Amino acid sequence: MKVEQISIFLENKSGRLADVAGVLAAAGVNIRALSLADTTDFGILRLIVDDTAKAKEVLKEHGFTVGRTEVIAVEVLDKPGGLAHILNTMRDASINVEYMYAFVQKSGGNAIIIFRFDELEKAIEVLQKAGVRILPGEEIYSI
Amino acid sequence: MIWNEEFETLPREALEALQLKRLQHQIERVYAAVPYYRGKMDEAGVKPADIKTLKDLSRLPFTTKEDLRINYPFGLFAVPFDQVVRIHASSGTTGKPTVVGYTKHDIDSWAELMARTLSAGGAHKGDVVHNAYGYGLFTGGLGAHYGAERLGAAVIPISGGNSKRQIMIMQDFGSTVLMCTPSYALNLADVMKEMQVEPASLKLRVGLFGAEPWSENMREEIQKRLNLKAIDIFGLSEVMGPGVASECIEEQHGLHVFEDFFIPEIVDPKTMEPMPLGEHGELVFTTLTKEAFPVIRYRTKDISRLIAEPCSCGRTFYRMERITGRTDDMLIIRGVNVFPSQIEHVLMSIEGVEPHYQIFVDREGSLDVVEVQVEVSENIFSDEVKVLEKLGKRIEREIKDLLGISCKIKLVEPKTIQRSEGKAKRVIDNRKL
Repeated sequence: MKVEQISIFLENKSGRLADVAGVLAAAGVNIRALSLADTTDFGILRLIVDDTAKAKEVLKEHGFTVGRTEVIAVEVLDKPGGLAHILNTMRDASINVEYMYAFVQKSGGNAIIIFRFDELEKAIEVLQKAGVRILPGEEIYSI
Repeated sequence: MIWNEEFETLPREALEALQLKRLQHQIERVYAAVPYYRGKMDEAGVKPADIKTLKDLSRLPFTTKEDLRINYPFGLFAVPFDQVVRIHASSGTTGKPTVVGYTKHDIDSWAELMARTLSAGGAHKGDVVHNAYGYGLFTGGLGAHYGAERLGAAVIPISGGNSKRQIMIMQDFGSTVLMCTPSYALNLADVMKEMQVEPASLKLRVGLFGAEPWSENMREEIQKRLNLKAIDIFGLSEVMGPGVASECIEEQHGLHVFEDFFIPEIVDPKTMEPMPLGEHGELVFTTLTKEAFPVIRYRTKDISRLIAEPCSCGRTFYRMERITGRTDDMLIIRGVNVFPSQIEHVLMSIEGVEPHYQIFVDREGSLDVVEVQVEVSENIFSDEVKVLEKLGKRIEREIKDLLGISCKIKLVEPKTIQRSEGKAKRVIDNRKL
């Protein structure tokens, strides 16, 4: 049910993002989705890729600090209220969204959003009860 | 318990009179017996007869590790060689070791000092002292050993290493007092866990740890994991070995310096002037009774301060604060002396932070600005911004609390900090002073 995300610590200096992209390109790793959180001094790049283990390995080889986190990919109806429905469900269950970002591709006409919740297992349970489709890792990596 | 009630609780006035008498005698003897010391005193224009009060101590030249190196191996011995009954040496990280000698009387004093140390830590006759300090050239093993025997305890001279066997012996022999380095104590805790030995099933009651710098956090960890009271003890071979200063079990706060044997001073490492009582600076020792290897104003390069407030244990000796750093690369930030190692202590006390850091000092207008760059290792990295920001704030707060200076923490990528010959350059001072 969960999707593995890698996160990379980046200093705010020019070229670092390009370096990451370059390392992944050279290793033949394809990026499926990404989000960049930035502060004055540093940024955290979060990626969903087709080969998490390889991505982590090559980035570490190049001296990056890399973390792995479990997130979930949720299918969201591509119409007004689609996202609101999901978020309301989480609010009712008192689950916090730490961050979220959208996938470029669609899944059967629906949008895909990556969520990082504070309570992962509970979130999965609540979403499933609410009839929301959660995309398994394999499906996401190979989109 | 106080081992030597008479001396350890001397009123300050009587203690200082005793110190002066011993100091005068010591300086006279050293001047006559050691050409090198005599040469340095002549150069400084001071004669033994000039030492009229304890304050005159500050007229005497300092002794450094370099002086010891020049006189390798026996040049600073102050007795005919046939009076020497023991030789120890410190492991020299650079070049030759530091060599020290002891007469029969010195060995006797040392045993007294270590008996006091053990007693201050709550050990007594009937205890089983598990002495895991290394036996050999290092002063730790034999120093502790003689003290424990003097105390009347049963000593297990187990020395270091082979942790599984150590733990088996603790179980079978009923060790009650542990003596070793604090890092080895943690290693023993790890091995106990591996062997599934419950520390509470052992008889260990107290541990006397020294020979390397450690922190309050380490103390808490050792106490919790080994189920004993951890006491900080201090010494250095140049001055005696272990037995120069020790915490008391009553307070576990500050180490009583055995001032009838040693005079501690705190000096400003830049100007070399004595600091006001209670201020931080470099710790300097003068021995008062040593025969074979006396030292005069020996610079330890360790940073501490003296605590003059009376202690609940009843000892009248001043306490030295736990060593908080080394004098190498001292910085003066807005008038405050700051030692990179103090910042390192703060970083290491925060779980997961590896001490890969660099300190940048700049001057903006007339104000010194400090930025500490800390490499983000996998242990502290998080995919959430708030976690990393919280970490930075916490380090800033702890540095402010400990050192009294505000600084900015900047988290940087690993390996950004230049390493020269494997060792990082810790301070980049961009101030044009």
